[in-house]
Amino acid sequence: MIIAYTVFLFALSFGIIYLGRDVTKAIVSLLNVVLLFVPLISIVFGTIHFYNSQKFMEMLLALPVKRSSIFWAEYLGLSASLSIGFLIGAGIPLVAYGAPPAAWYLLVSGVFLTFIFTALAFFASVINKDKARGIGFSLMIWFYLSVLFDGLVLLIDLLFSDYPLEKIVLAFTALNPIDLARVVILMKLDISALMGYTGALFQNFFGTFTGTLFSFGFLLLWTVVPAFVSLKIFNRKNF
Amino acid sequence: MIEISGLNKSFDKNLALKDINLTFDKGNIVAVMGPDGSGKTTLLKCILGLVKQDNGDITVKGINTRNNSQYREYIGYMPQTARYPENLKVKELIAMLKDVKGDHCVYDNELIEKLNLKSVYNKSIGTLSSGTKQRVSGSIAFLFGQEIIILDEPTAGLDPVSTEIMKSKILHEKEKGKLIIITSHITSEVEELADRVVFLLEGSIYADTSVDELKSKTGTASLNSAVARIMESNGS
Repeated sequence: MIIAYTVFLFALSFGIIYLGRDVTKAIVSLLNVVLLFVPLISIVFGTIHFYNSQKFMEMLLALPVKRSSIFWAEYLGLSASLSIGFLIGAGIPLVAYGAPPAAWYLLVSGVFLTFIFTALAFFASVINKDKARGIGFSLMIWFYLSVLFDGLVLLIDLLFSDYPLEKIVLAFTALNPIDLARVVILMKLDISALMGYTGALFQNFFGTFTGTLFSFGFLLLWTVVPAFVSLKIFNRKNF
Repeated sequence: MIEISGLNKSFDKNLALKDINLTFDKGNIVAVMGPDGSGKTTLLKCILGLVKQDNGDITVKGINTRNNSQYREYIGYMPQTARYPENLKVKELIAMLKDVKGDHCVYDNELIEKLNLKSVYNKSIGTLSSGTKQRVSGSIAFLFGQEIIILDEPTAGLDPVSTEIMKSKILHEKEKGKLIIITSHITSEVEELADRVVFLLEGSIYADTSVDELKSKTGTASLNSAVARIMESNGS
């Protein structure tokens, strides 16, 4: 499954770069695909994996092993394998074609998204006893963060367009890991000029070192918080 | 060896266990019986820490099980249905469990040999039949030679030959002074094995006696009719 994921990413990245002939342009196309697929695959595969190994976790929990050890082993093992799949699949074509700085940001953000969405997958799994509901819940999280959220921000933007909203929109970005990753990479591509006044403001903030630090700080928070909340619930779970 | 006092557990609003007080001593085979949904498995899982009790205390060899994982070192467990990673070979699974357990005890390979598991050692678990999986899971429960063995329906799904091997192993381990707790619906098996029967009804202890006493209490000749009478008179 993870090998299939790697091969798929590899073919995709290679194809996009090859057809585009220009690595920078290719990164933008690749960015959109990565921001869509990496979270989706991580969250769906993570949820299915959790439910499938639940009985085996029960077996391991009958041994003198702490619950938290099993949780971290499952979480880190899965996110690491998915990340390695992503790094090989998307990384090799990018490096082969010269890897501009933005490519590195793309790879780092992809790894972050893998860890974040695997944590969210575990969260969805520990709060739902039923597998079908768990997967449904995961898909809802994914759909909300990758589609609905942007729509809502746009709606707010439109409704309150008489007011200066730039700073607020900036803050909204922190509430969605996918948007954070997108902004981080776009800022490294120097195309923010195309995004008007908000783009300029974004460039002013996210383009700086502090801005980058801010983004990665929030990405880290997005990883740590769901992981620890899931662990807390996992510790109280009945098998 | 195991002391349970004031144990309560409910799932959402359904009470699964109501004020359970029990003491299990070594050199005993205890059968936990009761109709479906009476809390047998929940009770075993509470002892193992797989289900967290609402209140009450469980101590195993003097160790309170709350927020402790080390006490499980003394318990070998066979779940009702075992599921292992499908693509792992039987051999790899056993090596892995030995690795996780990580101590230097003498392994008890008797069941692995008698149940003829060597012949499936190189097969992956996904290809095994459910009976074979039960055999694997039973052997694992005895593998580390722990002092307490918990078996949740150990002979369900086993063929007659394996059932006999399993039963004689249980009796043999009892002779060594171990505590063995089983759940079972097969009354003949309980009659053969158990020194003591804990009968659960809707999460409470209905009876906690020997097989003979349970029979005389209900005035029946066999354990099967005794159990049937209890269940009928309580409308379940």
